[in-house]
Amino acid sequence: MNSNSPAGMNLVDALTALNQFRNQAVVISTMGAAREWPRISNHPLDLVYVPSSMGQAPALGLGLALACPEQRVIIINGDGCMLMNLGTLVTISAEAPSNFVLVVIENGVYEVTGRQPTAANPSIRPVDSQVDMVEMARAAGFKNAHRYCDLETWKTESESVLQEEGPVFICLECVPCSGDASITSPGPMRERLPLFQQALTE
Amino acid sequence: MYPGEQVTALLEQMNISHVVWLPDSELGTWEEALLRAPFLKLIRVCREGEAWAIAAGLKMGGQNPLVIIQCTGLFESGDAMRNVCFDLKLPLFAIIGYRSYLAQDKLPGDTALKFTEPVLDAWEVPYQLIKSQQELPLIVEHYQRCLQQNTPGAILLAEGKV
Repeated sequence: MNSNSPAGMNLVDALTALNQFRNQAVVISTMGAAREWPRISNHPLDLVYVPSSMGQAPALGLGLALACPEQRVIIINGDGCMLMNLGTLVTISAEAPSNFVLVVIENGVYEVTGRQPTAANPSIRPVDSQVDMVEMARAAGFKNAHRYCDLETWKTESESVLQEEGPVFICLECVPCSGDASITSPGPMRERLPLFQQALTE
Repeated sequence: MYPGEQVTALLEQMNISHVVWLPDSELGTWEEALLRAPFLKLIRVCREGEAWAIAAGLKMGGQNPLVIIQCTGLFESGDAMRNVCFDLKLPLFAIIGYRSYLAQDKLPGDTALKFTEPVLDAWEVPYQLIKSQQELPLIVEHYQRCLQQNTPGAILLAEGKV
């Protein structure tokens, strides 16, 4: 996380820009993104991964991408989630799915539980000891890895970046939301998942 | 103790499309046979929780995956298994290496041995214990039983005998 970046993007704005160019991709959202995504998009290939096993959204998306190689799969993960399962980056790059895009919303906190800082948050780390998720992704084997700190650059480049040959890693620096950050499931999985699976085959 | 070629033939009967694994020393002896099997793809994970989630994604996409991990990996991956099997209600199947079951003198008081079956019972995952090469065909029987009942399931493969 860039400690020189004063704030980062508004999450809803960042996700709205993503949605503009998702085309017919599957979008798997989790955590804070899962809270906002249903208000931005109502696409049959949306999978709001709630309830989730925290940290497993990229792996879930990898399985789907491997099962459906002609289908673009975009996963919107939280930075706290990503830290829980960093090895997944290596698993993903080993399989090298060309249809796979991993977006990490980096706000430095566990937003949903009350905005406690993650261990990667610069504010709680030793001076000059910063964690860089994009560099981690590159070191784990992602050839295409990008960081966006401001909305205008993200809006300008999102269309091309989201279409790059995967696996693609995109880190979006965002400000934590204010107010109630809790997530509500958009409906029972036992009802949503069959509809999603049906949309995959259409 | 459990020949990879024999196990792979059983996986073909089960129409397995992908093996998602993090093997132990017993299960790892199957790697060559799994890599040679033309009907399946082997996916390696870094930690066992990923295996359940990847298998879930494959299942959602119409494939027929199998998770292969050791019992210690079962403990580690509990939340991932809970979510995909019981929240997403995807009836996944696993082969789980049952560490030191057949050689309890080598690791006396092994807690991995002590907790494996109670953990599967607690998670309500029906399992079949296999203790010899002759019992390997029970893998298919138990798999088909779980398939018919639309439940997750596991094979506990007793390990430790040379």
